[in-house]
Amino acid sequence: MSEYLILIYENESNYPGPEDPGWGQLMAGHQKFGENNAAVLRGGNALQPTSTATSIRSAGEDFTVTDGPFAETKEALGGYYLVEAADLDEAIAIAKQVPAPYGGVEVRPIMTFS
Amino acid sequence: MPAGRRASEQVSAAVADAHRREWAFVLAATVRVARDIDLAEECVQEAYAQALTSWTWSGVPANPGAWLTTTARRRALDALRRRATLARKLPLLIEPGAGFADGAGSESGEPDPAAAFPDDRLRLICTCCHPSLAPAAQVALTLRLVCGLTTVEVARAFLVSEPTMAARLTRAKKKIAAARIPYRIPPPAELPARIGAMLTVVHLLFTTGHTAPTGGSLVRADLVERSLDVARMLHDLLPSDADVTGLLALLLLTDSRRATRMDAEGHLVLLADQDRARWNRAAIAEGCALAKQALSTPSARGPGRFPLEAAIAALHAEAPAWERTDWAQIVGLYDALYARWPSPVVALNRAVAVSFAAGPEAGLQELDKLGALEQLAGYAYLPAARADALRRLGRHAQAREAYTDALMLTDNAVERSYLEGRLSALGDSG
Repeated sequence: MSEYLILIYENESNYPGPEDPGWGQLMAGHQKFGENNAAVLRGGNALQPTSTATSIRSAGEDFTVTDGPFAETKEALGGYYLVEAADLDEAIAIAKQVPAPYGGVEVRPIMTFS
Repeated sequence: MPAGRRASEQVSAAVADAHRREWAFVLAATVRVARDIDLAEECVQEAYAQALTSWTWSGVPANPGAWLTTTARRRALDALRRRATLARKLPLLIEPGAGFADGAGSESGEPDPAAAFPDDRLRLICTCCHPSLAPAAQVALTLRLVCGLTTVEVARAFLVSEPTMAARLTRAKKKIAAARIPYRIPPPAELPARIGAMLTVVHLLFTTGHTAPTGGSLVRADLVERSLDVARMLHDLLPSDADVTGLLALLLLTDSRRATRMDAEGHLVLLADQDRARWNRAAIAEGCALAKQALSTPSARGPGRFPLEAAIAALHAEAPAWERTDWAQIVGLYDALYARWPSPVVALNRAVAVSFAAGPEAGLQELDKLGALEQLAGYAYLPAARADALRRLGRHAQAREAYTDALMLTDNAVERSYLEGRLSALGDSG
């Protein structure tokens, strides 16, 4: 068994807020994903929007601290799930169930050091 | 000639033949033992080298593929034992658990008792064409692992340097290991999509060879033949799949015209002007039979892209002369193709077929409808097709304008010289 991180990238400007009608549906989708995949889920979180992000780059001995995400992209990292899967095909099958109507997800194998 | 020398020549020929025919089979069976593509490749290469000497003494075995597989697998097991003592642990390829659907027709997954080893070639092709690999990497891996081309040969096929290709292949193999792309045939629900990916790779390989993007010749025969090999292999492995059958038919029919696509001076010869007596009749007979089989295979969504394209190619191949082409049926097939695969290029080809089925005026109307399509802006074949229809209608001034438009959009020297020829033939007879 291996672990994979499923990163959820979505367009923040389209993403509904808690008071919008689409919100409940989205939350229900994640709830359902969690229930259906409880056996393989190892963790997961939603992130606050990129307007809350701070980037810290090393500059020689020093650091540059700036407002905003590391890379400005149309679809921004908004959350993740950590899952366990036998192989990439299985991880992709789980990833396809993650609700991400305003973008998509990226699957990355977790590096193991032994 | 001394007997010894002749024998060694026979052995070299037998090894070369086994390389071409059996490479994929031997490697696929060895990967299963080695569970590491690099190690398997190394062992298979050594087995072929060993065959050169062994077969000189013992004679060429009755089943060269089985001999090579046994030898390569034994080497892989030895290497794994040595590695185990070195405690070297790399991520190994994933093998399916017991009872996993094999999808290749054998229900139990048991090896065919007639063969010494199970046929793992479909697993190998599935792994090479996994959608999580970049398309260029899929094609390169297929040439390297399924066709057994050396890295230098693969590099030459894509006109890149050897280090570039070596790096591309290494990156792809690393991803297979690190992301744990499984070495298996996907379950039935996923199989059609994965077969689609494999066919795309084979088709890309063929088109790269059929109209070489650069280089001195129009056709790269080596790539065309390799793509035919893989298409045949897939057809052997999945004989009842209509799309696989359709692709093999399409490649055979398209390639049957290879000898007539350029004249002695290297100028492009259009389908209308090709010497049909020099078309490869054996390829046409086989391609037409396969196209018919592919079209008549029942499918929930109706025939797919490749069976339909093969049927169109078959109608061209069967026409005794350009004038006797069954254009009405070709238009009907393009309608079905467009419904299944709505690409603007299919619409353009359909409009050209209409110009022969119903006359240039009707064709021109269809072409003008396509002029509004954004995807075709900058596509030289659209003004070239318009120019041709206008020329046939005797509207020479407008035809000249359209040929000039097409010329502005064309970089390929062979095609430019064709368009310039058309333009100068119109003269100022306006």
